[in-house]
Amino acid sequence: MDTLVIAGRSFTSRLMVGTGKFSSNEAMVAAIEGSGSEIVTVALRRVDIDNPQDSLLRHIDPKRYLLLPNTSGARDAEEAVRLARIARAAGCEPWVKLEVTPDPYYLLPDPIETLKAAEILVKEGFIVLPYINADPVLAKHLQEAGTATVMPLGAPIGTNKGLRTRDNIAIIIEQAIVPVVVDAGLGAPSHAAEAMEMGADAVLVNTALAVARDPGAMGTAFKKGVEAGREAYLAGLGKQQDKAEASSPLTGFLREK
Amino acid sequence: MDIIFNGKTRTLPKGISIQELLDQLRLDCMQVVVEHNNNIVPRQRLAETSLHNGDTLEVIHFVGGG
Repeated sequence: MDTLVIAGRSFTSRLMVGTGKFSSNEAMVAAIEGSGSEIVTVALRRVDIDNPQDSLLRHIDPKRYLLLPNTSGARDAEEAVRLARIARAAGCEPWVKLEVTPDPYYLLPDPIETLKAAEILVKEGFIVLPYINADPVLAKHLQEAGTATVMPLGAPIGTNKGLRTRDNIAIIIEQAIVPVVVDAGLGAPSHAAEAMEMGADAVLVNTALAVARDPGAMGTAFKKGVEAGREAYLAGLGKQQDKAEASSPLTGFLREK
Repeated sequence: MDIIFNGKTRTLPKGISIQELLDQLRLDCMQVVVEHNNNIVPRQRLAETSLHNGDTLEVIHFVGGG
């Protein structure tokens, strides 16, 4: 059986999904179910007393899914560490998607603060999954610091642009000693399939599902994309070349040689 | 007495515990995490921790995120 193993824990699905931006909790649940995901990301924010909301955890069964709290909103290492500790105090397993994004326009992750936070959190016993730009050298540093994965972005969060960082992701995959999860920017199942064909171990998708007309069906579409890409990777893709090579025999009838 | 609750000033009866405040606000302590003056308060200590004038309280919960 082909399983994804992160920090000693096995998963059948190689698709992680986020829970942000859905029009309703029902749409979010449909997307999660459709996707077949086993790892679901969540964020932490202040309770809004003036607009009481239904608790997210009433809709996601923590026994069925691994809740992966993120540190979104953190602008430096200190804030990220604080959020991770809050998540753990909430009763989550000590897994954290480490995200440090000081720039609100492109939401690109801060490599220096991310590495700093990763070092602290690993020492505190967290299973750290850092969201990073597709920087192979940074990926190496993080793995040396003891992170459980690296999560390079395909394109900025929510842009749906696909694998704009393809060449660097290929290097990260080639050098990785932990699972590589391509996160952010994947807007279509073909993008997810492409990442998996390259040998990524998993992908994380949120916006593409949340903005779909039918989030449940899009969840399933991504599930198929991820599975197709993974199977193709395992089956062994042919090399690209410039010269044509006929699929049908060129000899034997019209032009005897 | 006044405390800063999630960034806003809030007037509360003197000596109220965090648990009492959560109950008053109809917040389920199992669904939130409380930071009192920047320290996380374990759930089992919410009832015994009382608030003082000028304290800072952050009450955090999970929301959708990627």
